[in-house]
Amino acid sequence: MTPTANLLSTPLNALHIELGARMVPFAGYSMPVQYPAGLMAEHHHTRSAAGLFDVSHMGQLHLTGPDAAAAFESLIPVDVMGLGVNKQRYGLLLNDEGGIIDDLMFVNRDVANGGDLFVIVNGACKHGDLAHIQARIGSRCTITPQFERALLALQGPQAVTALARLLPGVEQLVFMTGMAAQWQGADLYVTRSGYTGEDGFEISLPAPIAEAFARALLAQPEVKPVGLGARNSLRLEAGLCLYGNDIDTQTTPVEAQLNWAIQKVRRNGGARAGGFPGAAKILAQLDGSAPLQRVRVGLVGLERIPVREHVELHNAEGEKIGEVTSGLLGPSADKPVALAYVQAKYTEMGTRLNAMVRGKAVPMEVSPLPFVPNRYHRG
Amino acid sequence: MSLKYTEDHEWLQIDGDTAVVGITHHAQDALGDVVFVDLPEIGKSFAAKEVAGVVESVKAAADVYMPVDGEIIEVNEELRADPSLANSDPLNKGWFFKVKLSNPGQVDGLLDETAYQQLSAS
Repeated sequence: MTPTANLLSTPLNALHIELGARMVPFAGYSMPVQYPAGLMAEHHHTRSAAGLFDVSHMGQLHLTGPDAAAAFESLIPVDVMGLGVNKQRYGLLLNDEGGIIDDLMFVNRDVANGGDLFVIVNGACKHGDLAHIQARIGSRCTITPQFERALLALQGPQAVTALARLLPGVEQLVFMTGMAAQWQGADLYVTRSGYTGEDGFEISLPAPIAEAFARALLAQPEVKPVGLGARNSLRLEAGLCLYGNDIDTQTTPVEAQLNWAIQKVRRNGGARAGGFPGAAKILAQLDGSAPLQRVRVGLVGLERIPVREHVELHNAEGEKIGEVTSGLLGPSADKPVALAYVQAKYTEMGTRLNAMVRGKAVPMEVSPLPFVPNRYHRG
Repeated sequence: MSLKYTEDHEWLQIDGDTAVVGITHHAQDALGDVVFVDLPEIGKSFAAKEVAGVVESVKAAADVYMPVDGEIIEVNEELRADPSLANSDPLNKGWFFKVKLSNPGQVDGLLDETAYQQLSAS
């Protein structure tokens, strides 16, 4: 029924099947979209306890060498050189037009003293990202893909309790920091981060121990497996972009309202302003000298009708002024929520717009993000 | 009274010249947690295979087709208020709408239980 012949599988494939997961193709991998509990139960379990996600399809890369931080900084509009040891940041690979090639997370594992920059990119983009990074900075640093390594996310308010039983010390991490850890003789790296809006962790580990480690986590009373379906509803409620839906090569970081990811040192007037692909356009958008044609906003539905990606947005006069890029009925928000791009004059909070669902106008309102408050552990 | 099915995973409970229509257990299982249904207007007529309603889970939306020619004479307001009935009780409390059949002979062309089970297992 499902074409599985050319799909890759993660190191947890047998465990997913044993747990009764419904497997779907995603980013070239056979991935669990949901387990028998179902998307809604998995979503609520993550918000109330702890959900275990297999995100091993994502791409892990190590950048090493004395020039690695400066080299990586030439690809992303982010302060890499000023990032402390074991600190993590969100970044955006850009093309020369300022469009987003991918979004990523990276940790400085003391790259200045023989360590590395540990970079995690999206699964569907990882081969293209690797080629891009090699082409642009391959002569300045050593780029080592670690695509065979497993990556697990443990997310939710009880994630810390469960994980600290297996890896004592992780409870001392704060949001967007990381530490090396050992489990049964294997080298793990744990960051306190994730993509659900909840407190939680991501754990990078060698493939051969991934299943045993996942089973050890699932044996904790707080932990249940959660599939990609709930991962999507959780990230959307948290107001986080999905690459390919909400950001892509046609979108700049400023249009996507990811300005917070561009530190002052890389902006006009900063000590290392510019120097990344598309800098002229992005910096002009940031300081307002280049007006934005389209801007990402959050929308909430005023009627209980889900509004999905590609739905057109109209103003009161019936003119098309934007389009939804992600949308669903938020299980925790308990109302329709969406991310959308609209013309700049429709971005004021509370602006009423009509989503055209099956030919009918469904009223929505521009809303602050996130839709569900973040609960990161900032210490 | 007889129970028939369509290739689009709907069931019909036929009673003379009326039929109650819903989605099958297989359909609700494939959709996952149902969070929204759009039901047709009472009094509206549809030809067979026309879209008469919509059923949506968090992750997907699916059309509900009119299985035969007919007029909508009743819709399930309880389902509209609690769409999860389509998951918990798809063949009873989770019914969608009731139809007055324009051509009762049309139901002979629909699938019986055995034929539907074969289709949904394939």
